[in-house]
Amino acid sequence: MAEAAAVTVENLRVRRGGREVLHGLSVEVGHGSVTGLLGPSGCGKSTLMRAIVGVQIVAGGTVTVLGRPAGASALRRRVGYVTQAPSVYADITVGENLGYFASIVGADRDRIARTIATVGLTEHEHQLVGSLSGGERSRVSLATALLNEPELLILDEPTVGLDPLLRNELWSAFHELARGGTTLLVSSHVMDEAGECDQLLLMRDGELLSQGTPEELRRSTGESDLSQAFLSVIKHSQAKREPHAGAP
Amino acid sequence: MSARATLATARRVLWQIRHDPRTIALLLVVPTGLLVLLYFLFEGQPHTFQRIGAPLCGLFPFIVMFLVTSIAMLRERNSGTLERLMTLPLAKGDILLGYGIAFGLLAALQALIVCTVGFAILGLHAAHGAWLVGLLAIANALLGMALGLFASAFARTEFQAVQFMPALIFPQLLLCGLFVPREQMAGWLHAISWLMPLTYAYEALARATASAALGAAMAAEVLAVAGFTLAALGLGAVTLRRRTA
Repeated sequence: MAEAAAVTVENLRVRRGGREVLHGLSVEVGHGSVTGLLGPSGCGKSTLMRAIVGVQIVAGGTVTVLGRPAGASALRRRVGYVTQAPSVYADITVGENLGYFASIVGADRDRIARTIATVGLTEHEHQLVGSLSGGERSRVSLATALLNEPELLILDEPTVGLDPLLRNELWSAFHELARGGTTLLVSSHVMDEAGECDQLLLMRDGELLSQGTPEELRRSTGESDLSQAFLSVIKHSQAKREPHAGAP
Repeated sequence: MSARATLATARRVLWQIRHDPRTIALLLVVPTGLLVLLYFLFEGQPHTFQRIGAPLCGLFPFIVMFLVTSIAMLRERNSGTLERLMTLPLAKGDILLGYGIAFGLLAALQALIVCTVGFAILGLHAAHGAWLVGLLAIANALLGMALGLFASAFARTEFQAVQFMPALIFPQLLLCGLFVPREQMAGWLHAISWLMPLTYAYEALARATASAALGAAMAAEVLAVAGFTLAALGLGAVTLRRRTA
């Protein structure tokens, strides 16, 4: 692709709670693809996503999003962000939540109805968000980010706790969006979602271990199962580190 | 800032309250209930009831809106909705003004009820018109809202937020002149009272309910209330961060 990457992260360092959680991380996310950000809980996935959205105070490095510095006000219409914990209002209905966010981003009624259908919540439109299950709540949260069809979607563990059928439908929706030109960065700590992604970023302890398509990962590690492949990448990276392990 | 985002925010806050009828009932009934209590407490002393009850009609919305706003903003911060709003094309002013419109409307309703009961039924009198007390009540509600918004930034939990009420509001109530005339206070207490926003709110209300001419002092007090409100809103806006650690 001739165009520059949708997201370019260079040498990103982030400190949280007195310790460094990202140690000079560099990564690129291509346009119009589904990129999976995978790694165990606490490896820095959410922090990296927060830095890309521009809500994270960073200690060093640069983050460029759609040609602008992350967090630039012009990006607020072009980037959609869904946090891991559903960030919607529990004391109003599904429809009211979407109505509010739609007025902010300028989406019409028709768009609201279609978005509610995409996340499978049409039957719950008039229900208070607080009375929904955890999975339903995170779908409301996801729907609010889909309202204005942003060019870049940052989704932090959007499929946690969803039933397999619905998870499958959401992945289809993500691929549909990517075909339409949307760039998606989706994090997950379960490897069985890795096969759904066009590109994979494997993270561990604040560092990027590997980057490539699922096929490339399988080939380079000689493992057909992606979970095994990830394990192999981790072992390989530890082996490289091992000589230094004994040093003071 | 945009009118659409501001009004959408005000509407959303009103939706939240509409789904909570018990809160609405408490907001509207409690101040009037307390005023009725005061009426019976001072049954044989109409002058005392007038001196305390009349200004109090305009102070209730201040107290209530402080509490409601500090909890509401704390919930926005803790639930992640504030962080999400900060990633959207929405100005901080849209959030502040949206809250101001919603709570201002609520305060107007609250003031309407408590003033109607106080001035039309319980025999309180406002020399310069009950409507003036009502308007001051709305201004005071906005002051309470602005202070609550700022205070919410310093609370991590709702337990802490409710403690700000006795910590920040009670001293102002005690020193504003409502219970003891400020001239009779010790010098240092009198000096402190000058620094407290509620002092000016009370002075304006006392003036509106007394028979003396309003004069320039009234204008100065109203300006002081407006000044404190804007200052607190400005400080509150600083605590709405787009980037956090």
